[in-house]
Amino acid sequence: MSDLEAAVAAGVLGADEAHRSLLQATVEVARSIFGAKAASVFLLDEEADELVFEAVAGEGEGELLGMRFPAGNGIAGWVLTTRQPLVVDDLSSDTRWSRSAAESTGYVPKSMMAVPLLVEERALGVLEVLDRPPESRVRLAEVDLLGLFANQAAIALDLLQRARRAREALAGQGRLAPLARVAAQLEDGERDAAFELLRALERVLAESAD
Amino acid sequence: MSSVVLHEFEEDEELPAWSLPAEAVDRIRVPVTLPEQVTREWAWGGSTGAGVRVCILDSGIELDHPLVGKVERSVAVVRGEDGELQVLDDDEGDLCGHGTACAGVIRSVAPDAELTSVRVLGAGYTGGGEIMLNGLGWAIEQGFQIVNMSLSTTRTKYVERLHELADRAYFKRVLLVASAHNMPVESFPWRFASVISVGSHEEADPLTFYYNPSPPVEFFGRGLDLDVAWLDGGTLRCTGNSFATPHIAAICALVLGKHPDLTPFQLKSVLYQTASNARGGA
Repeated sequence: MSDLEAAVAAGVLGADEAHRSLLQATVEVARSIFGAKAASVFLLDEEADELVFEAVAGEGEGELLGMRFPAGNGIAGWVLTTRQPLVVDDLSSDTRWSRSAAESTGYVPKSMMAVPLLVEERALGVLEVLDRPPESRVRLAEVDLLGLFANQAAIALDLLQRARRAREALAGQGRLAPLARVAAQLEDGERDAAFELLRALERVLAESAD
Repeated sequence: MSSVVLHEFEEDEELPAWSLPAEAVDRIRVPVTLPEQVTREWAWGGSTGAGVRVCILDSGIELDHPLVGKVERSVAVVRGEDGELQVLDDDEGDLCGHGTACAGVIRSVAPDAELTSVRVLGAGYTGGGEIMLNGLGWAIEQGFQIVNMSLSTTRTKYVERLHELADRAYFKRVLLVASAHNMPVESFPWRFASVISVGSHEEADPLTFYYNPSPPVEFFGRGLDLDVAWLDGGTLRCTGNSFATPHIAAICALVLGKHPDLTPFQLKSVLYQTASNARGGA
């Protein structure tokens, strides 16, 4: 379903909160299942080439939302670009990383599991689980479990992004917004045809921006 | 039993292309035949990977890291002012730590292999696919015997070009060793039959590896709880297929150190025969 179609679907404007709750629930369950101190989801902001804290459970829950850092940097950036999950068990020995984490977030985890959030062929962001109990030795089954969780978080993140883009489209911040608003006023058959055309336009614009 | 070298191909020697005239048969005798029982001793006994050129397509390699040692050459794929990608010599080292980790793993198993770094990661997320393809193309052109790729892309728009590159590598005797995904996603190049795809097992021996009779993941290497080389001369305890991949790449370097004429498909057969779950793996 395209953003524009989503924009006119009933209830989409109120869906932002619901999707955010879904994402929050996902990180909370991830944190709980792994017995971790914190879990968070980063959203990739492609235009700025930055990762943004989109949901946080546990340590840093109040402060980190909305915080950004360059997408090409560090472990999260690496996980995103390579599409490969990574588990690190003694982060404090990565002095460069822990210093920058301490400066930006005030919290320096000792261990981290990080996994890319993939929907179809797009990488939307990264899910991290920080500081599992010290005695829990990592097993490959845990990495697989994290992968399954990432799938769920990716869907939640995708829904949230779509709802946001839909709102932007209707609110007039997107390039096709005026056309979308006109299309939304049309009769059923004509509206479908207009959205078909707008979807095609959207695809062309998206591909040229890729 | 040692390999039988019957004939060395000259670099520029013209080989029959689309058909094989009777008088040309002598010219294409194969340089290596595998023995009846391929054992680890035959495959890499006494080899240190010396003379084998290994390329690491990653985030760069930290220079002078004690667990990595000499890096033959470091290049980076960068976008020039005209917007075109180019491969330039690079002295920035490693931007993340990951390439250094892969290099350290290879060095620990194949201590005398020659390492070259191609930095394709770390310059930002956008445009990463093009940079990776460009770096891989360069590595194939340079004729490295092994290219370690602890990375993948999910972008279908790159699949066709990536496939062409993987096939070109295969026929040029450039072995691509690529990390598999342990998530339910379609990603590449590890799914291609022309590459060696690697997942992780849970054992601690670097030379333990398994052949998987249910592909697409074809081999499992050591990938759990490893102390890998990391930034600033340090180490980091890591888990992931990214580190299983250089283990298999390094074992391939050992084999090629002893049998440099093996083609990628012969090498894959040797891996199959010497896997820990196969007869020659004992």
